[in-house]
Amino acid sequence: MDAPQSEIANLGKSVRIKGEVSGSEDLYIDGEVEGSIDLRSHNVTVGPNGKIKASVSAKSVVVQGKVDGRITASDRLDLRKSAVVTGDVTTQRISIEEGAFLKGTVDIQKEAGKGTATS
Amino acid sequence: MRFFRGSSNQTSEPATPQKQSRRSSGVGEISRVLNSQEGLCILDVGATSAANIRYFTDNGHKNYSEDLLRSSLEPALRMQDSVGNSALDSKKFLDENLVYQNGQFDVVLLWNLPDYMEESLVKPTIDRLWSVMKPGGLLLAFFHTRDAGPDSVCYRYHVTGTDMLDMQPIKLAAPGRSASDKESPRLQRVFNNRHIENLFHDFASIKFFLARDNIREVLVVR
Repeated sequence: MDAPQSEIANLGKSVRIKGEVSGSEDLYIDGEVEGSIDLRSHNVTVGPNGKIKASVSAKSVVVQGKVDGRITASDRLDLRKSAVVTGDVTTQRISIEEGAFLKGTVDIQKEAGKGTATS
Repeated sequence: MRFFRGSSNQTSEPATPQKQSRRSSGVGEISRVLNSQEGLCILDVGATSAANIRYFTDNGHKNYSEDLLRSSLEPALRMQDSVGNSALDSKKFLDENLVYQNGQFDVVLLWNLPDYMEESLVKPTIDRLWSVMKPGGLLLAFFHTRDAGPDSVCYRYHVTGTDMLDMQPIKLAAPGRSASDKESPRLQRVFNNRHIENLFHDFASIKFFLARDNIREVLVVR
């Protein structure tokens, strides 16, 4: 999920939102969001230009840009090499590329005895 | 003072540095503690490592991650001292980093940070670590010996659960440079044993392990 697909909502890099973002479809954010992002059954991708100052709750979260806030990903969290994340993380699986920056606690919540982190 | 080694050989290096391994007595001792206990609070202040997060969390420990070397390069930390020289604001650095309750951590992995961090931050950082560690907690640090040259490689360390340690060379973007323009951090200084003992003066005990690769491993008990 590196680029916005036609079937997912897309917040372009000129978009700024202050408040609560929620919905029932996948979301690609390349702009700025301050507040909260809640798409618990769907996927959130923070693009390389994305700047998030918000708590993020989603099924899976991919970060290429900056996130300042708690991330809760019920399935998995991918931090790509350009990711800069400052905040606590709760997820089942985490993947961190070489070069990604993470400042915070990592809480791996295991389901059925499984939970992995990969580089 | 130079913080980076220059980019003359950048094009000859692979995009993703290959892992190397070394045996580590200090990591062996830390691993024995981590393998025999559960629910420890671990602070890793090296470059972010998914392998470390996996190992700590799979063994029932709580992991805190802070890449302090990268944080220390934040341009906003730069100020001018009384004679107009550029300096790092150690107070601001500690206002924004290592902000934890006192006595929180059982294990701190400091890795090679003191050798690559600006000198004005080293002692304040270790004093803060003393505060956030539990009495009896363990801290592991690596220091280069005087035989190490200024081009000694700065690594990201990956624990394996044994006394073997995986290492990857790291590159960072210099302040004010684009994220794609990364360079290898430069060794800032070499501490001798007396300096190291002074750095950890407030800790209960300190143990040195001499390694073959111009590294002294230091295991300190709070």
